This record gives sequence, C-alpha cells and structure tokens, in this order.
Amino acid sequence: MTTQPFISVNGLSVGYTSRTGKIIRVLRNVSLEINRGESVGLVGESGSGKSTLALAAMGYFKRGLRPLSGDVHFDSVDMLALDRDELQAIRGGRLALIPQNSGQSLTPTMRIGQQLTEALRLHSNLDAGQFSDRVVELLTQVRLPDPAKLVSRYPHELSGGQQQRVAIAMALAGEPDALLLDEPTTGLDVTTQAHILELLRDLARDRNMAMLYVSHDLGAISRVCDQVVVMYAGEAVLTGTTRQVLLAPRHPYAHGLLTSIPRLDQTRMPMALDGRPPMPGEAITGCAFADRCALADNKCLTEAPEMVGLSSGELVRCFKSDMIDRMPVPSRQPSRLNRPDDKTGDTALDLRDVAISYARDNWLRTVLSPADGGPPATVDNIGISIEKGETLGLVGESGSGKSTILKAIAGLISPKRGHIMLHGQTALTPRVEDRPAVNLRQIQMIFQNPDDSLNPRHAVAQILAQPLQLYFGLSGDALHEASVSMLERVRLGAHYLDRLPSQLSGGEKQRVAIARAFAAEPEIVLCDEVTSALDVSVQAAVLDLLDELKTQQGTTYIFVSHDLAVVKAISDRVAVLYQGRLCEIGSAEAVYTAPFHPYTDVLLGAVLEPDPDVAPKLIADDVVELSPPARGCPFQRRCSRKLGTICDSEMPPARQLRAGHVINCHIPADEL
Amino acid sequence: MAGTLHGSKASGSRAIGILKDLVSRPSGMIGLSLVVCHVILAIISPFIVPFDYKLQNSALMLSQPSSIHWLGADHLGRDVFSRTLMGGREALLVTGVATPLAVIWGGFIGILFGLVGGRLDEVLMRVVDAFLSLPWILKMLVLIVTFGTGIEVLIPTLAFFYGIPVIRIARAATHDVIARDFVWAAKARGHGRISIIWRELLPNVLDTLMVEGAMRWSWMLLAFSSLSFLGFGVSPPTPDWGLMISDARGFMSFAPWGVIGPVIALSSLIIGINLTADALAKALGIDRAQKAPM
Repeated sequence: MTTQPFISVNGLSVGYTSRTGKIIRVLRNVSLEINRGESVGLVGESGSGKSTLALAAMGYFKRGLRPLSGDVHFDSVDMLALDRDELQAIRGGRLALIPQNSGQSLTPTMRIGQQLTEALRLHSNLDAGQFSDRVVELLTQVRLPDPAKLVSRYPHELSGGQQQRVAIAMALAGEPDALLLDEPTTGLDVTTQAHILELLRDLARDRNMAMLYVSHDLGAISRVCDQVVVMYAGEAVLTGTTRQVLLAPRHPYAHGLLTSIPRLDQTRMPMALDGRPPMPGEAITGCAFADRCALADNKCLTEAPEMVGLSSGELVRCFKSDMIDRMPVPSRQPSRLNRPDDKTGDTALDLRDVAISYARDNWLRTVLSPADGGPPATVDNIGISIEKGETLGLVGESGSGKSTILKAIAGLISPKRGHIMLHGQTALTPRVEDRPAVNLRQIQMIFQNPDDSLNPRHAVAQILAQPLQLYFGLSGDALHEASVSMLERVRLGAHYLDRLPSQLSGGEKQRVAIARAFAAEPEIVLCDEVTSALDVSVQAAVLDLLDELKTQQGTTYIFVSHDLAVVKAISDRVAVLYQGRLCEIGSAEAVYTAPFHPYTDVLLGAVLEPDPDVAPKLIADDVVELSPPARGCPFQRRCSRKLGTICDSEMPPARQLRAGHVINCHIPADEL
Repeated sequence: MAGTLHGSKASGSRAIGILKDLVSRPSGMIGLSLVVCHVILAIISPFIVPFDYKLQNSALMLSQPSSIHWLGADHLGRDVFSRTLMGGREALLVTGVATPLAVIWGGFIGILFGLVGGRLDEVLMRVVDAFLSLPWILKMLVLIVTFGTGIEVLIPTLAFFYGIPVIRIARAATHDVIARDFVWAAKARGHGRISIIWRELLPNVLDTLMVEGAMRWSWMLLAFSSLSFLGFGVSPPTPDWGLMISDARGFMSFAPWGVIGPVIALSSLIIGINLTADALAKALGIDRAQKAPM
C-alpha cells in the first residue's frame, strides 16, 4: 500500500501488571490496517483480546490495562500520544463506537430526541436551530419508523433492535470517518440482526467509512466485512479477505471455528474444538494453539510461529498452513434414536391445549367489562405430543413463549388452561410445590446461563450433591462416588469437586449444570437456550455431550433455542412458535425444507451463514410485537403473504402436509 | 458427608482467600491495621495509661502539651493523653455489640420482606421509609430521655435504629438473588422453602450484609460520639471522645490540644472502618463503585 492506511495498529502489545508485579500481556504484537470504505472483522473466542484491540484503536484502555509497545494511528494522528482532551475531541465525533448492549448505553431518563441533540451539540458544527431537523434526519437514516414521534420516546419504550438503531444514529451524529462496532447485534433476534447488519453495510458504503467490526459470529462478519482478522490468545493468527478466511481458512484455529458452527445445510453434528485457550500470562512455548491443534508436531510445541505472508495474500501464523485440508471435518451424525421405522410409540409428555398467561386477574376490569376476557394469553393453544427418546426443538424469536412453555412443564408457572400429561396418562400438577417427588425427578431443567444457574457460593460437590441427596438420599462415600461418576460422564475429572463456579470456564460450568440435571436420572430434560451463552467451539462440545447422554439413556429433550441451525443439528422434531402460538411443527427435515409457514420462511431467510456467497433473504420487517393479536392468526401483522380479512378474524386451520408435518396457516397446503 | 465436607473446605479456603485479598489492597491493609490497633488499645489501655483518667490536678488546668503530659491537660487538669487512650472503650463496646445485633435483626426482617414480596412487602417498606425520613437523633433522644442513658439502653437503641436501613439492603439483596436461575433451579428440583433460603439465598445475601455491617459500624460510632457530645452517652468522669470534644470545645481558641487528641482518635477509627469496608466489598466482588464505563 502506498498511502498511509486510515487506521493502523502496529505491533501493539497491551497488558497489565499483576499483583505479583508480573507484566501480563493481553494483546501480543498485533498489527491491523483499515482503509476508508473498508470494513475489517475481528473474530475469536471470548478472552482472545478482540475487544481490547478495538478499544485500543480509539486510544482507550480499560482500567489497569496500558499499551506496552507498538503504536496506533488514526488518520496519521498518533492516538497513544494524545492527551485526554484531544482524544475526547476525536472519540464520538470522527471515531464512533457502537457497543454491544445499546439499551444500557442510552440514558434511561432522557428522551431519544434529547440524547441525539446532546450528541449533536458535542460532536457537530451545527447551529442549535438545526438540531431538531438533523435528529429526524438521523433517525430516518437508520430506518426507524415515524422518527418525528420517536424523538419524544424514552429508551425503554423501544425494542432492542430499535435501541440499537438509536445508538447507531448517535454514532452517526458526529459524521464519523470510522466506526468501531463491538458485537453490535449479539442478543438481538435473528430477523432484527439481519436488518441491522444490512443497515450497517449500506451506511459504511454510502459514507465511505472505515469500520472495525468485533464479533464472535462469523455469519455476521461474512455479511459486513471485507477483511477478517482471526485472534487467538491475544495474537492475530490469520488475516485475509472474508472470502479467503471463511471459505478456505489457512489456519487450523480458523478451520476449527468454522467446523464448530452448526449450519442449516448440514445434517451433521458440528465438530467440537476441544481444550481451552491459554489464559493471559500463562507461559506459552511454541504456538499458542498447539495443544488444541490436530496438526501440531514437535516444532509447533517448541517454536513460536511468525506471521508470514502467503502467495494468495493472507497473513498466517502457522507452520502447517499448507496442510489444512488434512484437518478432520465433521462426520458424526446426530443420534436420531427415534427414526420413523423404530418408533416406540410411547408418549413421554403431552401438552393438551395449554394456555399460559402472565396477566394477573384484575377485579376492576372484571367488574367493568365482564364480557372481554382480558388481554390474550401469552401462550395459547399449544398441543404437542413428545415421544420417548425424542428431541423436540422449540424455535422462535424472543417473546415467542418458548421459555414460558418450558417453565410451565417444570411447574414454575401454572397454565391458565389445559393439561400437561406425563406418559400420556398422569396429569402433572401445575405447581412444582405440589408435585410428587417421583415426577420432580423425572423432569429436569438446564438453564441458559450457567453463571446464573449455579450458585456462586457452592462448590461443584455441593451442586451435584443437591439432586443426589434430594432424590436418592445419598450420603458419605456413595454420594462422593456418584458425584465423581457424574463428572466423568460430562468429561470432567474428580478434581473439579472442590472448585467454585468462578473457577470454571463457561463450557465447564455448563457441563456441571448438565451433570446436575442428569444426576437425577431424568426422563425428560428441558434445555433452555443452553448453548447461547457459550462460544461456538464450546457450543459444539456441549451439543455433542447432550447427544451422547441421550444415546446412553434414551432421554427425551425439549430444546429451546433462537438459533435455527443449532436446533436443526440436535432435534428430531421442530416446533416453530410465534407470539406463544404454534405456527409449524414437523420433523427437522420437513420444517427446514419447503413448504414453509410464512413465519418459518422469514426466520430461515434471516439466518446468517458464515459464507460470503449466501445472502440473507429479508422478507418481513423487523417489527417487534409486544403482545399477540386478540383474534386471528398470530403472525397477521408481519405476514408478507397475508390473504385478507380471514387472517385477522379467524384462527388459521392446522394443515396436515405429510405425516406429522403440520402448518397452521390459511394459505391452502398446495400453495404454501 | 462428602458434599458438606467439600463445601466446608471450599468455604473455609474462601474466607482465607478473602482475607488475603483484603490485606493485599492498600486500603484494606491500612484500614484493618487502624481498626486492629484501636481494638487492642481499647483492651490494654487501662494497664498502660501513664496517669489515672480521673485524677484532677488544678495546677495543670489547661496546661500545654509537655514531655510529661503529651497532649496537655483539660479544664479540670486531667491528662488528655490518658483520657484519649481510654476514650474509645465505651464506644467500641457499645457499637461492637450493637452492630451485629442491628445486622441480624435488620437482615432477618429484610430477607423476610424480600421473600414475602408483593403488596405486603411494598406497604411494609413504605413504613420503613417513613421511619427513615425522621431525623435519627430525634428518634434516639426520645428513647434515651424516656429510658435513661446506660449501656443497657444505648445498645438496644442503636441496634434498633441502625437495623432499619439494613432492612432495605437485605431486602434488595434478597430480591436480586431470588430472581436468579439457581433459585429457580432449586425450586424446579423440588427443594423445600427452608432449604432454598438456607442453602441458596443466605450465602449470597451474607456477603452484602457483612459489608453493610461494617459501614453501619462506622456510622454507629459517629452516632454514639454525637450522643456523648450532647451529653446523652457516657456519663462523666468516664472518658469518651465525644464527651471530651464537647468539654474542650469551649477552650478551643487558647487550648486546642484538648480537642485534637480525641478528634484524631475518633476519625482514625472511622476512616479505618470505612477503608476496611471498601476493601471488603472489593474482595467479595460486590463493589458498588464500578469501573468507569466507556
């Protein structure tokens, strides 16, 4: 390159001094270049230093961290040499950050208009009189509906996606030359995420901005970025174009990351990337990735590879970059215990016309308008029968009632109507407090975030002892033995017994949570987004473990996730929910291939594949509805194939397509 | 039992870990040293004081600090240094007993309110708010004037009034913990209410209560000294910092040494407790002063 790049990071090392006086390096000798109009993606597992690098690019270091060597230039200005005021003038103005959780970055007590005006006052040269016009202009630019009305709203009145758009509008207020995005779509629904990414893509192109996009999601990266830098243990290990990195990665770690992602076009289980990255400060001899690498030999263990240029243009930190095609690829099929030919026919769980409502009975309303039955129930008309040994996937966006259904089965919420039958004959008591002990043991639940579902003050031994003592009355050596055997079944050793959750990695915590559920020897395990708080490589390992435990015990799973590819990888049957109503149910193959319910079509279209050749298909708007419509089809307001008034007034009929594949839609079966 | 055995081992090492973390922080080290010094001095002062705290010597009345009377003498000719050394005994005894009492009763009620939840909780908390809105000194004086100023009145009075703000904290901590998934998980497994409170809730609320207790202690010391200053705490001639400051206040323009000793003693103890409480909160990971956001 002949000209100086717009943003350049050169040989940057960042670290902190530990209590013992040792210098711990979080970033090690990282270089990065971004030109105007170019978008660079930073990927890696949590703890790889990607956020630290992005923040360093704007001259910001979290408390305790400091640059150790190297330099950072922004438009030929040395960012590390600037003082506070000079940095402040650049940040937020010419160089803007869009953080992960923008709901928290907006001031809750300020109206949207005020917040944007504030940003304009600080970072633009406009006269005060022009502010209000510019605010509306910015909100229009980020494609928010009805901007004139929106300015007087408070952040909590907006959905997550709308808040993220406001955060983008604020970042644009200073007419920035560069945007730093730190996981800007993580935590958003698939359709919202796809729309936000399209917006970012267009903005970057139209305004010729430089973008640095930090994400663990290779699908998002593939949509937005031209170049990708793969980070591992504080180092850049692979730099190349998005196409090169995603389609033919030349580093074993990047290859491993890609194979650990479940894909819609695969029926195989994703492959787990075993082991864990070294912690900052851990002594590394040789390549940092060597102990997790299938290709590593003696040289990799003793000699640290340098970043070298390949003839195809990538930069790679690996001795074996020409041997990547010998890396193992996923081959294991998920255990489909319940193949059509060997159906046991035994029902594990039967949901019969279940309705659940969070709304409390209000005597005032009952008196005033007794005819009106109150707001529509959060979950309604759910009739699903789950066979023994089957995995039922529940998918849908946030607010679709997936978790609510799980809670009702677990007895944490009482249904308003309907029954949940165990083995097709015993009706489960609604409240968990009233259930007989045997039913309690038979149904176990695994939660989304192990940080939250494991008591931080209990050691692993205590965590596992809880079900073992409660259901089997074990104590002493028997308890110890049972705990150790549970740990071994989730591939953890006995030495984990003394550890507290804070001493475990995210994947290890979730394994402990799984062990705790399986210690009860349950028949039915409810999995609530069990992999969404985990890194992709860890996610694959957890999915693999769940599949293995199911094979051993013939457990029935109800697996809730917003990630359609994950659900496809593990489920036998899939139910698609919208606003607490069933849209489509059938075998995984049937649901994921045409014909679709219009909503399934929208969901599948918005899935981002880590492949630059696959563009998402955006059908409906990413409107977020807060409550289901009072009558008619739940999807009526967003449906692009709406027939007419019949959709607004009548519940759609259940159309049986093939054996067990049901779509609830007014559109005739042959036109779907 | 293997489970509890491992548990107690883990919690034992946790306590040691927290103590190590505490003293490894400058604020924890300084704070804890100050507090420990004060407690030791309070215990041994009767045996090491150079003069009897009651001994009046009219010849020395308001005399300047000298090599014999290091901090001079007060208006009755008593040795200020000796009186300062012994002036914290009463305060430490009263607050040292009243603080745990306040934390226990306030914590108990707060956890109870937090668990009950709903409208009853709201109503009860408004009663607590109403109570907190009255100036503390007024409430306390009413009780002390009614029942007298002995230790047997001061301890329950301080414990009662300083337990009320603890209710708020304990209730909030309970609300935070019961919303978390591990409580739901225990409920879904079918554990009883008592077991959930004892094993899931309490260990997590206790951290907050410990820090709260330390903060309450320093405020209670100030309150006790204020009562003494007003003449409702310790009765003369027992030395007490608040009382000494009150007595020497009138002569401050020409004999400031009477005030300086007790002021330094009282503030060093309160600063010590506050520093320890801060470091403890950080060591427990419940630091309220979060890192500066972006």
